[in-house]
Amino acid sequence: MLSTKGLNKRFGSLVVAQDIALELPPGVRYALIGPNGAGKTTLFNGITGIFPPTTGRVIFQDHEITGAKPHQVATLGIARTFQNIRLFEYMSALDNVRLGQHCRMHAKLWDSLFKTPLERREERRVTDNAIELLKFVGIERYTHTYARNLPYGSQRRLEIARALATNPALLLLDEPAAGFTPQEKVELMGLVHKIVDNGVTVFLIEHDMKVVMGVSRRIVVLDHGEKIAEGTPEQVRNDQRVIEAYLGKQH
Amino acid sequence: MRPLEIAFWAATLLPFVVAPSYLALASQVAITALFALSLDLILGYAGIVSLGHAAYFGFGAYTAGLLSKHYFGEPLTGLVLAAIAAGLLGYVTSHVIVRFRHLALIMLTLGLGLLLAEAANSASWLTGGADGLQGVKIAPLLGFKFDLYGRTAYAYSLAMLFLLFLVARRIIHSPFGLALRGIRENATRMPAIGAPSLAHLRKVYTIAATLAGAAGALLTQTTSTVSLEVLSFARSADVLVILILGGAGRLYGGIVGAIIYLVARDQFASMNPQYWYFWVGLLLVAVVLLLPNGILGGLSALYKRAE
Repeated sequence: MLSTKGLNKRFGSLVVAQDIALELPPGVRYALIGPNGAGKTTLFNGITGIFPPTTGRVIFQDHEITGAKPHQVATLGIARTFQNIRLFEYMSALDNVRLGQHCRMHAKLWDSLFKTPLERREERRVTDNAIELLKFVGIERYTHTYARNLPYGSQRRLEIARALATNPALLLLDEPAAGFTPQEKVELMGLVHKIVDNGVTVFLIEHDMKVVMGVSRRIVVLDHGEKIAEGTPEQVRNDQRVIEAYLGKQH
Repeated sequence: MRPLEIAFWAATLLPFVVAPSYLALASQVAITALFALSLDLILGYAGIVSLGHAAYFGFGAYTAGLLSKHYFGEPLTGLVLAAIAAGLLGYVTSHVIVRFRHLALIMLTLGLGLLLAEAANSASWLTGGADGLQGVKIAPLLGFKFDLYGRTAYAYSLAMLFLLFLVARRIIHSPFGLALRGIRENATRMPAIGAPSLAHLRKVYTIAATLAGAAGALLTQTTSTVSLEVLSFARSADVLVILILGGAGRLYGGIVGAIIYLVARDQFASMNPQYWYFWVGLLLVAVVLLLPNGILGGLSALYKRAE
């Protein structure tokens, strides 16, 4: 589904990602972990075209997407959420999700001016879809509330709903459980499982090992911009280099 | 349309009955309202602050004037062509303008406006320069002459305002309008959900320039003159003030702002011919202090509290 080959990213002389090779088969829950500054978000940015890689290739469903613009990547079927929540604050939750479907709409401005049947049908479909998605992530009671007035946990859920609205095949979640209570984390794990059950491949960055172990089948570990391990949670937990990266070498 | 909106538009017909001697002013109000509406599309909905919006108004005004002087005086065709010309200018300039935000954007639009004003001033062989464009002759509109009392002028301006308002309203409520609000809220995040921000901004800027050009053409056609004032910085600044006074991002803000600003200016000028700008200034300070979101913003907050 998604693979990267020899991915490098440099900012000036600073190397933030080095020769990263990934291979994500469809339908698997993947987690990306690593200490702070390991290059996890950089990798996400490289995949989604926000900061294109310096060298190397990104291939998604047989499409070469290296250097593609973010909106093209989204249209091809990769959606993402951000570490710092970025919603459209002064728009209702419903409008946030409706807007998420923007790249799947076909009505042109012309259709809107003359209210053609195409535009009416699409308008209805988009609104119905949005309500469905708000229910799916469990925040339908906030349908008409400004995004900025939602409780923190619901804002994260809204961001996921908005990402799902682009109808992605692959969903990248950047620390979706950051700042959550243990109870909220359990609920989030349930949501991730539900998303995967709906046929979306999930790739997430997470620091909380309970969440990582709870939702992912395979784990990739980065440290100082390099991939140091990959495997099942069991394998990664017992990997010597991973233990060293997190806890330091034993002297 | 909601009942309140229908009532509002019905009320715009009142000047014909209640104040027939003020129809020339009413026509100015309708034209300025259309101009402010065009600014609202880019400022209120897409977050593009412009201090040079008169460039498109003036371009439309001169195009309409020159068309009537050299080719034909039929107003409707002239209006459409002038609007298209302003739209083209908007499309060309949009490629530069949408790449900037904040202060750089203000300076850029300001510079562009001044540039065009100065160009019109020095090209006096074409525009008549500081003397204004002479020889503008507008033919009757669908058989109605532009009379001295401004009956035709107001009917024409009001009809165009209403028509283009409906267009703007459709645009705002379309998926495209929703995307624009998204860009205003967070331009950098829009691509992440698959929307090309810059392309959208270019499109709305072009539409806004077209509407501004239509407003400029209306002014030319209803007054049969064009002067350099249509391109002036004062006009760009006035329309910004009008929009903020009424409330940006509400479609009706520009219309309400134009009514209050121009009527107040007219009244103040007749009460106090020498210092009337003082009272206009006082009005502005009062509104901005008491109603930071404009008059409509204040009213809607009051209404919400009452609910």
